[in-house]
Amino acid sequence: MTPQRSIQLRVNGRTYERTVEVRLTLADFVREELHLTGTHVGCEHGICGACTILFNGEAVRSCLLLAVQADGADLMTVEGLAQGEALHPLQQAFHEHHALQCGFCTPGFLMTACAFLQETSNPTEAQVREAISGNICRCTGYAPIVQAILLASRGG
Amino acid sequence: MKPAPFEYVAPMEIAEALDVLARHGDAAKILAGGQSLMPLMNMRLARPRVLVDINRLAELAYISLGTDGALAVGALTRQRAVERASLVRTHNPLLASVMPYLGHVQIRNRGTIGGSVVHADPAAELPALCVALEAAFVLRSAARQRTVKAADFFLTYLTTAIEPDEMLVGIRFPAWNPQWRWGFQEVCRRQGDFALVGAVALLQMDEDAICQAARLAMFGVGGAPVRPQRAEELLSGQRLDGRVLDQVANAVAAELEPDADMHASAEYRQEVGGVVARRALEAALGQARGRGDR
Repeated sequence: MTPQRSIQLRVNGRTYERTVEVRLTLADFVREELHLTGTHVGCEHGICGACTILFNGEAVRSCLLLAVQADGADLMTVEGLAQGEALHPLQQAFHEHHALQCGFCTPGFLMTACAFLQETSNPTEAQVREAISGNICRCTGYAPIVQAILLASRGG
Repeated sequence: MKPAPFEYVAPMEIAEALDVLARHGDAAKILAGGQSLMPLMNMRLARPRVLVDINRLAELAYISLGTDGALAVGALTRQRAVERASLVRTHNPLLASVMPYLGHVQIRNRGTIGGSVVHADPAAELPALCVALEAAFVLRSAARQRTVKAADFFLTYLTTAIEPDEMLVGIRFPAWNPQWRWGFQEVCRRQGDFALVGAVALLQMDEDAICQAARLAMFGVGGAPVRPQRAEELLSGQRLDGRVLDQVANAVAAELEPDADMHASAEYRQEVGGVVARRALEAALGQARGRGDR
């Protein structure tokens, strides 16, 4: 058994306290300890973007962080987007524009787009394409994803 | 669990981190942004016995301007912070403009300027930029502090002049020459990916369009960034017309000794090295024409 640490953090507005192995990645922690399985784990070395979450408001790859590093942090995962039954405008736009096929990459795209729109309120298509360049969709459905993000940026 | 077991230390003071390095040397690894080290650990290509997480050393995250105009950037400063800092845009516009190329936004949010430099990936932009800007690296160990010039820092693939008991604490960029015009060009498969080949060009042109000073730094062309000396000499004192640029592109290609890997052959890198160098110079010249003598 490797060393363990106790951590306390906020995820989607809720406070959690857990004792974790220091080598547990944040992505695995969120999925396996908190059972928030919306965050998907693809490549596990920072290439695919599927595990993107917000770490103190910034989009990061959760597979490249250790859970212990999130001690005291405020996280948001894809589960934090919808307000009850009401979808987040990005989720609604993805739904309406068929911006997902198999859906595996979708949580990463949503969280990347969420952080992006918070800092860029009226983006161009080129800006959207650059913003999502760190996320891979193996179904290659990029065109509707770009359209959905543009639509959401204009308030749906 | 993806990474192999390790002992985890998260010091609150630099001295504590240096003490761990002094005791464990090679067996210890520093974790900063983790954008290079964590992939290696997840794939178990790196198996440090002790992981020194320096993310709580807030004193290593800063951007400041010296009285001499030099820009000092703390090793733990996030790449995104450098990109957004008005101090950097004003006092080293080249550094600010190249930051978005370092990686995707999720990487830059977390990745640090020091981490990119010490990882020393030969395809990375920042090491070549530091060589072009003649930056200096401040290294500290429990016993001493020393400064190493960028030209002496990058030894070969993933290898720098840092000793096992040392830590990079900051980077100093000499005062920006307001007459510099610059170009940055790279060839890569996807926005934000590592480059196959890239070039940084700095030119100082006088009012008669004669080149007064020139620097070129190439990356993705071997184990470390390269300043093609002969090509730089060809630029100096010249009016940079198409004929001179052709000669320079040929000289760059002739000076490079790239290796082949799964992404590109050596011949390709050599040929494209000349092309991107020429494009970077053309971009710098375009800036010189577009902005007059400002």
